[in-house]
Amino acid sequence: MSTSAIAHAGHTPTTTGLDHRKIAIWAFIGSECMLFASLISTYLIYKGRSRVGPFPHEWWCQTTNATSATGPIAGCPAGALFKPILNIPVTSQSTFVLLMSSLAMVLALAAVENKDKPGWAGPGFGGRILESSKLWLLATALLGAGFLCYQAYEFTSFVHEGLTIRTNLFGSSFFTLTGFHGAHVTAGVLWLLTLLAIDVKRGLGPRDALLVDISALYWHFVDVVWIAIFTLVYLIR
Amino acid sequence: MAHEPAQQTSDSIASAEAHAAEGIVHEHPQWGTYKWVALILTVITIVEVWVYYIPAFVASRLFVPALLTMSAVKFAIVVLFYMHLKYDHKLFRALFTGPLIIAMTTIVALMFLFAKLVIRTG
Repeated sequence: MSTSAIAHAGHTPTTTGLDHRKIAIWAFIGSECMLFASLISTYLIYKGRSRVGPFPHEWWCQTTNATSATGPIAGCPAGALFKPILNIPVTSQSTFVLLMSSLAMVLALAAVENKDKPGWAGPGFGGRILESSKLWLLATALLGAGFLCYQAYEFTSFVHEGLTIRTNLFGSSFFTLTGFHGAHVTAGVLWLLTLLAIDVKRGLGPRDALLVDISALYWHFVDVVWIAIFTLVYLIR
Repeated sequence: MAHEPAQQTSDSIASAEAHAAEGIVHEHPQWGTYKWVALILTVITIVEVWVYYIPAFVASRLFVPALLTMSAVKFAIVVLFYMHLKYDHKLFRALFTGPLIIAMTTIVALMFLFAKLVIRTG
């Protein structure tokens, strides 16, 4: 049985026949859409309006305040030349890590939903792997923590390269947007670790599927927000 | 009398099940679907990053629409398959798409307000 309204008919009766908690998480996700829309709007409005660098996609000469989208600025002293600050290869890797964490999350949910059906994932080692909710919850949490490590590395390198939240409009809006997202990922990782602890202590089964489903919805939402941020902030110049 | 609340609860649950069934709830997909979804998401991400490094494409008018389209496809795939919106109750769809439409309209309106988007006439 899926984690649908029917699967959780044991909840408190409601007029819709749906569990309050699942309605609440969708309403919460809807409100989060508007929160991130405001942060993304702010970033886009301020984009290109910074008076000083470092800039996301352009080279910048601190002494002349000249910029170049194509390459280093001729005649600029080495210490005053700033390269484009965004590191696309590193961010692409972190994006891949977050996408894979979503895959691990749906597999964790499937494992919990089907725990009362031994062998549901098929025979052999692969089947046993797919049936382990602990493994997939741990994998999701680790991948989420990996994403946070990438973000910590990115923020640290930006600060070392001269971009802080107070440097320019780009820095303010960038750190606010990605920082809020990182905070959401952190909350998600803590949530996943809590579920993992419950799974280790007493085991999660189909009766608990809604708990995992709700955390999965939150986790996937964090993923889709990053899909938007990756394109709008990192790739579009 | 003592059995009434229990009977009421049982009836309510039966009614709840009927209501949920009206919302057309389907089984969630399994590994076979999920692995293909992950593969498609990975391929789209690779294409996104690949086009970023093609100067001629970056300079063309297609660059931004192409990236936005790919991003929207990824967004939709995750929401439909990983968040199970394709399979879940229609109320959940409304709870998500309603605010999402408001959010996207707000972004577009602000882009016009701050002249990040303009409609050229003549």
